[in-house]
Amino acid sequence: MSTTYSNELAAAAPARVRREDSYWRGVGRRLLRDKATLICGSILIVMALLILFAPLIAPYGPTDGGIARRLKPVGTPGHLLGTDELGRDMLSRLLYGGRYSWFVGITPVVLAFAIGGALGIIAGFAGGKVNMLIMRVTDVFYAFPSVLLAVAVSGALGAGIMNAIMSLTIVFIPPIIRVAESVTTGVRNLDYAEAARATGAGSPSIILVHVLPNVLGPIFVYATSLVGVSMIVASGLSFLGLGIKPPDPEWGLMLNTLRTAIYTQPLIATLPGMCIFLTSMCFNFVSDGLRTAMDVRA
Amino acid sequence: MLYYILRRIIYIIPISLAVSLVCFMLVHIAPGDPIDAMVQPDTPQEVIDRVRQEYGLDRPLPVQFGVWLLKVVQGDFGTSLIKGRPVLPDLISASSATFILACTGGLLGFLIGCVFGGIAGVYRGTWIDRVFLGSAVAGVSVPHYWLGMVMVIIFSVNLNLLPAMGAGPGGSTEWAWDWEHIRYLILPSLTLCVIPAGLVTRTVRGLVSDIMSQDYITTLRGKGLRRSGIVWHVVQNAAPTVLAVIGLQLANLMGGSILVETVFAWPGTGMMLNTAIFQRDIPVLQATTLVLALFFVVLNLLVDLVQTTIDPRISRR
Repeated sequence: MSTTYSNELAAAAPARVRREDSYWRGVGRRLLRDKATLICGSILIVMALLILFAPLIAPYGPTDGGIARRLKPVGTPGHLLGTDELGRDMLSRLLYGGRYSWFVGITPVVLAFAIGGALGIIAGFAGGKVNMLIMRVTDVFYAFPSVLLAVAVSGALGAGIMNAIMSLTIVFIPPIIRVAESVTTGVRNLDYAEAARATGAGSPSIILVHVLPNVLGPIFVYATSLVGVSMIVASGLSFLGLGIKPPDPEWGLMLNTLRTAIYTQPLIATLPGMCIFLTSMCFNFVSDGLRTAMDVRA
Repeated sequence: MLYYILRRIIYIIPISLAVSLVCFMLVHIAPGDPIDAMVQPDTPQEVIDRVRQEYGLDRPLPVQFGVWLLKVVQGDFGTSLIKGRPVLPDLISASSATFILACTGGLLGFLIGCVFGGIAGVYRGTWIDRVFLGSAVAGVSVPHYWLGMVMVIIFSVNLNLLPAMGAGPGGSTEWAWDWEHIRYLILPSLTLCVIPAGLVTRTVRGLVSDIMSQDYITTLRGKGLRRSGIVWHVVQNAAPTVLAVIGLQLANLMGGSILVETVFAWPGTGMMLNTAIFQRDIPVLQATTLVLALFFVVLNLLVDLVQTTIDPRISRR
């Protein structure tokens, strides 16, 4: 009885309703019906597991190899996906490389979600001079094309994982601030926030109880839509020689060093790129699915 | 409206100043003394002190910024540390090469996006829609540096149809709109157009399906307007938003073509930036970043103004 009731309610009003679980139940049901999201989500989970357990799965170490075994074709016995230009096993390097690519791709978005989200909520909630200050500084960083900013900052800082993550975080903070600010401004002026203020609630409790639960969803969905781009740009930085340093495996870096092999082993040379493409595409489909299921307009 | 336009134009000044400051600070966020990037490690101390004085690095930062900015405003973008000649002439020729590439790629992306998005929007909810929308998501997810390699493998290595590198026969840098040069443009611009094509497809699809479900379209249908007439109404209503998206994409392509330029050895700003980074040629890095960012700022302004002017629904004060 009660389940049917809450289902009907969730279907009729996709926004947050009285019963705490019915909104999320609705989201879950919509996600389960969305085949593209389900398929892409499962691919991502499988990839994450493969990468996580790379030391158990990979037949060789990521830097093991000998020049005598260089550029063996795909399907060579013992080397399922062939070997690279220095005779290292491609399958092992792709598995280990995924650890770096995922780490450098996802970390900046998480950091930017935390920092940009906080700054945006503060700007939206405080209004006035604080809002001015935060939003005008954001405008400045908005004045750079994202790839240019990432390349210029990590170019100035020099190669390295931490520098790449830092430059990408700087790139993604401004757009998240903008989304967080506009969502928060919208919520702040709604009746229930006004009512809370009228009953004497202080700013911290209004933010915690009334603002956060209503703005985190949209900000989160927007942040997930950045992961795909982040993966591409992060590997792009390594491709340019600005991210992970050799001999560590990373998909973008592997793509770069394998460029010499496009005449002899074109398939192997493009394998790391396919991994980046697949990951980024799955993240984009999942993010789209989440947006529809959570009924977020942005 | 006039007030808004004026205010928007004046707002350019503080933004440009702040952008210059960020570009200037690029040298100083680098760990260590900027002088280390300019001289060999075993240079005697007297030479280091002389270089430091020459570049004004012994003065306080705000003074350095002021001097640098004053020179930039006069068109003096400094001297390349590696080549020993002014940055500006090289920067102009590189910018024009990037401009050609970005415009071709942007235009291709715009055309493909409009066609794909239009079809998907009209057939919303059918399998046609899903195919085009799926390809749009794939388009924005492509690592374009990888796509460039795939293109080279297919069209240059296997089919031997198109050149894989450069911007003209014999490594010439003088651009001309003849077949000998356009051949070099095809692969890089196709590679570059994929991301804007995906974004435009999504935008156009959303707009078209939105507009098609509006009451006035039903009314127009009801009074017996021909298909071409309805298409005209849809185009009119979708145009401002689509133009804004493609305008911003063009600006992004100018600044973001560094990866594609590296793959195809296209002699543009991206290549210049890439070389400057690895040679630690700080003046070139600063100047290139500044010019690209300012171009982005101006194009943003133009897009905003054009959108405000041609879209009667936007009224800004």
